[in-house]
Amino acid sequence: MSATLSQIRTARFAHRKRVNIFATALALAAMAFGLFWLFWILWETVRLGLGGLSIATLTQMTPPPNEVGGLANAIYGSLLMVVLATCLGTPIGVMAGIYLVEFDSKSWLAATVRFVNDILLSAPSIVVGLFVYAVVVSRFKSFSGYAGILALSLIVIPVVIRTTENMLALVPAGLREAAYALGAPNWKVILSITLTAARAGVITGVLLAVARIAGETAPLLFTALSNQFWTSSLSEPMASLPVTIFKFAMSPYENWQQLAWAGVFLITMAVLGLNIAARVLSRSKA
Amino acid sequence: MSSTLVHGDSPSQNPVQQSSRVMTKPPPMKRARSGPMADRIFGYAAKASALITLVLLVAILASLTISAWPAISKYGLSFLTSTTWDPVQEDFGGLVMIYGTLATSFIALLIAVPVSFGIALFLTELSPAWLKRPLGTAIELLAAVPSIVYGMWGLLVFGPVLATYVQQPIQAMTAGVPYIGAFFSGPPVGIGILSAGIILAIMIIPFIASVMRDVFEVTPPLLKESAYGLGATTWEVVTKVVLPYTKAGVIGGIMLGLGRAIGETMAVTFVIGNFNQLDSLSLFQAANSITSALANEFAEAGEGLHQASLMYLGLVLFFITFVILSLSKLLLAQLRKSEGAKS
Repeated sequence: MSATLSQIRTARFAHRKRVNIFATALALAAMAFGLFWLFWILWETVRLGLGGLSIATLTQMTPPPNEVGGLANAIYGSLLMVVLATCLGTPIGVMAGIYLVEFDSKSWLAATVRFVNDILLSAPSIVVGLFVYAVVVSRFKSFSGYAGILALSLIVIPVVIRTTENMLALVPAGLREAAYALGAPNWKVILSITLTAARAGVITGVLLAVARIAGETAPLLFTALSNQFWTSSLSEPMASLPVTIFKFAMSPYENWQQLAWAGVFLITMAVLGLNIAARVLSRSKA
Repeated sequence: MSSTLVHGDSPSQNPVQQSSRVMTKPPPMKRARSGPMADRIFGYAAKASALITLVLLVAILASLTISAWPAISKYGLSFLTSTTWDPVQEDFGGLVMIYGTLATSFIALLIAVPVSFGIALFLTELSPAWLKRPLGTAIELLAAVPSIVYGMWGLLVFGPVLATYVQQPIQAMTAGVPYIGAFFSGPPVGIGILSAGIILAIMIIPFIASVMRDVFEVTPPLLKESAYGLGATTWEVVTKVVLPYTKAGVIGGIMLGLGRAIGETMAVTFVIGNFNQLDSLSLFQAANSITSALANEFAEAGEGLHQASLMYLGLVLFFITFVILSLSKLLLAQLRKSEGAKS
């Protein structure tokens, strides 16, 4: 009797162990599955992108089909719009983050803003494009760089609010109280004590926001549209790297596809570089 | 603690003002006078910035509704059940796109949830400590890759591979089988609902996995150690202790991933095939999703019913993601609350 019981126990133990080994193996496989895609995508991007990259890519305009050219106007448009959108969105995001932590952090308004902000953070970016189209483009009857900048800055704001809020909340209360005890007014405490202490985190957030909008295509499709030529005028349609890639990748022309791969390479490296920089920055501080 | 100080005047003010009145000494320091004014302006600026978020949400809803109004008033809710999409005859219905969006997102979840669970399990319970950080970062970098890169890679690299090594063998196997064969009929060209679903899965794995990892980590070590102490295996600890404890958070993470999948635009636009008909249930069939219809047609649609119908689709999309993301937020908040109560 006890012999069979112990046999049953041994069998059950062996079964539990087998299940565990099986599950562990599957978890390992899942991890490998995730990494596999990352390396495959990066490998193809480098392999196909480096081939299409040359000096002309950076110096010449986007060409008509089957002619030699580069991506200079698209790169310039992307840089200009990303920089201006960041300059527009960051102050608003930081101020809103300050409001959520330093002012009525427990009020219903702050709770609502937090909730809405989290939704905007994950909301489809194409909807932001539709919104800017309805409000700006259809009113002024023209696609423009301004509309593109506005759309991108609306994506920057939630990202910056989120990180600013998280980082300010980490600043010890003693630091603020010490500054208040010295008689500093509220704004000065926030700007030169709290915000300075959370500087690295806030910059991380801004970098992540830049990385996010640098690769965004959907909000630019119906706002900045695209432009085959160099333009510095923000009231005209403006080329950007992602939209140019979209246009070129879908085309049947060989040289356009090659330029699209070069663009994909540039954009992937820039975005991953920004992400890694943001991580290094936040780690060195933490 | 600091909040009481925030609202009050700085303590040094009153003595300065009194003394200036009594003794007619030099005027008080400028900072003491300008302080409250500057503070008020600063406070208003901060509050205004915070309010921009709320205004933005309302403005998005309002402007989409207004722009979509011609279509809303003409079709009403039957827009959601009609499969006609005919820009020439000016007759529009959104079911094809809504089906495409839901089908691709469902496939994405089917793949992404188990994989993300495995990744989170690996990162929290199995991985050696020195590997946790680099592996976690690598998975998060998957989320950083721009969606246009996924799209182009999916169309030109992954699509052909999928067609040759997966779709054709499956089709050969299921060709004669009733019912199941119907899911795999159609041209095996690597474009369609299945490839869009797979690429979406890759894109949302990092979101779901990192939420799962984070909520697994809030499980009190005491609970886990007790289970281990009773002789439970890793798998039993995760499924019988960690998972029940973090249930709400895990579902919240899955909803977050679902919201992302539904709203994803460029990657889907590249690989779904942009085909506005719903004549088979095949996973290999080219289809259309809300986002890809918007990306492809909006810039070319003339003002009028076509554009209004696309705006209507955008509104439906925003509404679906709004509901899903709200649920996700509430579930995650619930976990945080119960965590606070128990610890």
